[in-house]
Amino acid sequence: MKYLDEFNDPVVARQLFAEIERITTRPWAIMEVCGGQTHSIIRNGIDQLLPDDIHLIHGPGCPVCVTPVGMLDKALDIASQPGVIFCSFGDMLRVPGTSRDLFQVKSEGGDVRVVYSPLDAVKLAEDHPDREVVFFAIGFETTAPANAMAVHQARQRGLTNFSVLVSHVLVPPAIEAIVSSPTNRVDGFLAAGHVCSIMGTRQYGPLVEQHGVPIVVTGFEPLDVLEGIRRVVAQLEVGTAELENAYSRVVTEAGNVAAQQMVEDVFEVCDRQWRGIGEIPLSGWRLSPRYADFDAEARFHVATMDSPESSRCRSGEVLQGLIKPHECEAFGTECTPRRPLGATMVSGEGACAAYHQYRRLDVTADPVPVTLSGVGGG
Amino acid sequence: MCLAVPGQIVDIREDRGTRMATIDFDGIRKEICLAYLPDVDVGDYAIVHVGFAISKIDEASALETLAMFKELGVLDEELGASIDDDGDHDAIGEQVSP
Repeated sequence: MKYLDEFNDPVVARQLFAEIERITTRPWAIMEVCGGQTHSIIRNGIDQLLPDDIHLIHGPGCPVCVTPVGMLDKALDIASQPGVIFCSFGDMLRVPGTSRDLFQVKSEGGDVRVVYSPLDAVKLAEDHPDREVVFFAIGFETTAPANAMAVHQARQRGLTNFSVLVSHVLVPPAIEAIVSSPTNRVDGFLAAGHVCSIMGTRQYGPLVEQHGVPIVVTGFEPLDVLEGIRRVVAQLEVGTAELENAYSRVVTEAGNVAAQQMVEDVFEVCDRQWRGIGEIPLSGWRLSPRYADFDAEARFHVATMDSPESSRCRSGEVLQGLIKPHECEAFGTECTPRRPLGATMVSGEGACAAYHQYRRLDVTADPVPVTLSGVGGG
Repeated sequence: MCLAVPGQIVDIREDRGTRMATIDFDGIRKEICLAYLPDVDVGDYAIVHVGFAISKIDEASALETLAMFKELGVLDEELGASIDDDGDHDAIGEQVSP
């Protein structure tokens, strides 16, 4: 337990590990939904410091990882068209579509730009009235209010050269799909703190009741993650299933009402493909018909494009917790962060990339040093 | 884009009806939107995701998290640096603010 000394509060960390050890009497599988939490867990070796009976399963909570190949191909098609300035968050650029990625489009002369905020794309549209500016609007509930505001501002400002390619995904339907699957082995969930800071905690109550799984809203610091795990194990051991909020310094029951209202105005719920997983009913947001004139799929005639998934990439099984990243034959050989087969190896939040970065090639390897915490958004 | 990074509000203003702020992430300054977190003042710390403040945070937690992000080298990436064709990170300010 020497790595405990590097936690930001080693005394509390030691107490939490000891308490989890004390109350654990049998095997439990706990899924952390958010990629930011996965990162925190792997980087700090939390999974290796926990009792052997506690198995952490890394969930699908990385928007870059679950954006479907078909949507990537649409982005690549639009970004290649003359006169287009294609704007994206930086970590989408290396995600492979069927035959190339946005970097390649850029190197072939496409005007692909990384933006920090979706409002940067709106400003680009204002500054370049002679160009078509397209923003790739991906993300979970945390990112949707920002993307919705960009569309709202574009309309307010009368911009006719701005549009969005929308591929938003939602956490609760993904949890529903996982617990409903015949292959499910998850006993309890850590819900993503920042998603809940926007949406509140109410959506999770029905999941807890219908499926009898404990769900604990959890933050991203190593100590937050440990406390979330402790609360899930405590519930599992006494046989209860409740919704708990272990991140109340940021998350309220109602969430951020202004952000929810903006999202409801601009987007509407739709079925959504998840890369490697398939279609999950009512698991995404698309543009509301009220904002149809900002729909890049219609404007650039890509709405009917369809693309098959790579058969060599097992990211779907990784995202559902059925295999660990290093159990995929392609891990670290055919598939590396430089030449990824699938998106879980691309994004810094992806489980495969996290394992690769921290050399977690074998679950019995020595723990990596505990150094850091993260504040995830997705 | 997944990260949410804490920073300190150094300036607040209105831009065409939207409340905007300048925020300082350990020396890196960015323009952010306060539409979803109207109840902040200059000097407060907030958690920011893709240019939008999403919740307040106390100074001690903010500084601790910032220091760790800095140590990891993820701040530049998250705050608008791009990855070039060699896989290295470089600033893109001139591209997004022509």
